[in-house]
Formats: sequence, C-alpha cells, structure tokens
Amino acid sequence: MAHEHKLEIFRGLLKFKSNTQKIWGVLIFLSLVTAIEVVLGIIKPAFLVQTSFLGMKLLNWIFIILTLVKAYYIAWDFMHLRDEKSSLRRAIVWTPIFLVSYLVFILLFEAVYIYDIFKNGFFAWDF
Amino acid sequence: MDTTVTTGNEENVWGGGNRPLNASYGKMMMWFFIVSDALTFSGFLASYGFSRFKFIETWPIADEVFTHVPFFHGNYPMIYVAFMTFILIMSSVTMVLAVDAGHKMKQNKVIIYMFLTIIGGAIFVGSQAWEWATFIKGDFGALETKGGRVLQFVKADTGERAAISEFSMTLEEDRVADARDTGIWFTDNESLPNYSLNEVIEGFKANPNILIRTEKINEEGEKTLLTREQSLGRLKDAVRVVEGANLIRNEYGSRLFADFFFFITGFHGFHVFSGVVINVIIFFNIILGTYERRGHYEMVEKVGLYWHFVDLVWVFVFTFFYLV
Repeated sequence: MAHEHKLEIFRGLLKFKSNTQKIWGVLIFLSLVTAIEVVLGIIKPAFLVQTSFLGMKLLNWIFIILTLVKAYYIAWDFMHLRDEKSSLRRAIVWTPIFLVSYLVFILLFEAVYIYDIFKNGFFAWDF
Repeated sequence: MDTTVTTGNEENVWGGGNRPLNASYGKMMMWFFIVSDALTFSGFLASYGFSRFKFIETWPIADEVFTHVPFFHGNYPMIYVAFMTFILIMSSVTMVLAVDAGHKMKQNKVIIYMFLTIIGGAIFVGSQAWEWATFIKGDFGALETKGGRVLQFVKADTGERAAISEFSMTLEEDRVADARDTGIWFTDNESLPNYSLNEVIEGFKANPNILIRTEKINEEGEKTLLTREQSLGRLKDAVRVVEGANLIRNEYGSRLFADFFFFITGFHGFHVFSGVVINVIIFFNIILGTYERRGHYEMVEKVGLYWHFVDLVWVFVFTFFYLV
C-alpha cells in the first residue's frame, strides 16, 4: 500500500507529473508497441523473415522481445511493481522467469529432437 | 552483532505483526496466486511451443486462419485481434485509474472507472466468442487424408483459396448420418459435412482450375502448391471432408493447432470472464460504500492485480498464437 509512486519510466528519461499522467503515458507506449507488432505482422519484411537467428526467424525474435517489453511495463506500472519493495518484486519476477526458461528450454529441445526423428527416422506421418 | 537488538524497532522482528515486504496479507496472496497461475499459463504455452516445433514445417499460418472482422467481408488478417488487444489494454488502464482514484478516496471516480473496466472486459469476452464461432464454422473446407493431413484448395488462375462449395458437384447420393440405433451403438457419428467426399472429388476432377495446397511450408514461408497432376494423385489419399474446426478435425491444418487454440484462449477467456464477475462484485461493493466505511480501497487494488494479470497473459497469447 505504498501511496507514493515512482513517476519515472525509461530509467528516468521520462518523468511524469502525476500517477494519472504516467498511466496514460504507459498506455500510449503500449499501444505504440502493439501497433508496431501488428504492422510488422502484416507487412512481414522479407529480410526479417529470411534471416534466422538461433533457429528462429529474426521477425519472431522481434515479436518476442517486444512482448517482454510490454509485459515489463504492464507489471511495473499497471501492477505497481515499481512501487513495491525490491525483495517482493524479485520474489515475484525471478521465480517464474527461472522456471519458465527451464521448461521452455527442455520442451523446445525435445521438440526439435522429435522433429528430426519424424524427418529422418523410418517413420511415416505425412500421408 | 550485539548491537542488533538495541533499537526499539527491531525488537518485534520475530514477534509477528510486522510487514517485511510492506504488502498486506491479501495482496501477498493475490501475488502468490498470480505467480502460480502464470506458471500454469507458461506450461500451456510451452507445450504449444513443443507441438509447434515438432511440426514446424506443417504448422498452420495464423494470418491465413484468423482473417475475419465482424460486419466486414474480405481478408483482414490481424486487424480484429489487434482491436481485442487494444480493448484489453484500455480496460487495464481504466482499472489502474480506478485504483489510483481509490487511493485518493474518490468514490464516484472509482465507480466510473470500474464500470468502464467491466464494459471493456465484456467486449473482449464477446469478441473472443465471435472469434471462436468463426473458427469453428470454418472458411473454405478441406479434405483430410488417411494420415490425418489436410488438403486445401486454391484457384490456379488467381492464387486465391477455393471453397469446396464453389466447385463441388451435386450427386444423387444417399447420405445417412449414423445414429445410435443404426450405427455403432455406443457412439453418435460426426454430423455430415455439406458435401460428400465423392462430390468434392468429382467436382475437383471436372474443374481444371483447382489445385491442392498441402500443409507443408516451403522456403518462401508459404504452403506448398501442387501441380494439377500431383493434385490428382494426392486426391486419392483423401478419406473425408472437413469443414471448420473442432477438437478432432481441423480444416486449417494440424489438429493440434485447433486443440491448443481452444484450450489456451478458452482458459484465458475463462479468466477474463471470472475477472468480469469479480469486478462486478467489487463494483457493487463500491457503490454500497463498503470500502468507504472500511477506510481504504485495497480490494480494488487486489482485483486490479488480477485484471492486469489477465491482460498480461493475453499479451503473450497474442504473440504466440497470432504473431509468431
């Protein structure tokens, strides 16, 4: 129940006069990011689709990074994590980050393995 | 270390009653729930990623699946879902404004902002229902092969998708849907599609302008188009007509795509629905002045956390189902 709000976003680059103003500022930023995602999703620039980085298209990496950016601002400003004690914030944020990266790593690794079996093994599924 | 017990404040450290994280019990519990719910959703999305990487070369392309906007005809990928995202973010904003007004003990403002939040949530759930209905109804129809792969149709001259209703022949056939008393006793049959397999196949043979498109994604990132000869050859594998999507059949491609779509967006939609219900309860409490008497609006903050979490999950669902 911290009543005082931290009013700076972008590491102090932008400082708002009141909490209400900050909320609208964050909304504009989130809408902008979503608009960029949608435009990229419709246009699908060729060089982003053809370039691949760590087994995934560059475009998809951009989408995922922009998603994490949006998640950060929703959690920090809408869910007031910015105003909470850092110990609470760390407990909430790092627990899922650790568990989810682990889960995603093992599942995707396994999926690529199964993909190889389907592709190269003596196994017919596309008939 | 002997200096640690000298200050009066710290006498109480292990005696209970203090708040090391500076958050009330209810708020802590809401955060714990959110963390565990986040892990649940992550599990779903990670298993979606698993299935997708497993069938990375044949997975449906979302832009070709979700192309409809209510009241408009034509092909508008992404537009409607972007609108839904915006509605949800917007209702998140009115929720923060309600929390902010609650801190300042402005009852009337909280009422207005909570009302707007509920409206936003209702619009979102409605949109999702519409999205489901469109997905279940299907667009063009397709054939399914013995191996469960889906064959779709394309017009050779324009490159547009061809609906099976456009080229199928009408044959004099007796088609009977099995009922429990005539078919296998323990099961109802699937409802008959509008066209029989024979009608689609004969229509395909009679119309040289139609080609088959397989699920396989080629190097340009598009589904592979067969030549007329290849198409006629592939047609022999077809065993049934599929229209729309359900948990067992899916005209858009891999059936796992439909399964995950129903499961994950359904689970999220259920969260939004229950969020709206909780918001309505809190809304009436605000009107009745419960929190005014209590002296603080922390309940609004707590449901606010839940509501933002639902928004947060949607951001990820949006990315992994519609963008990537």
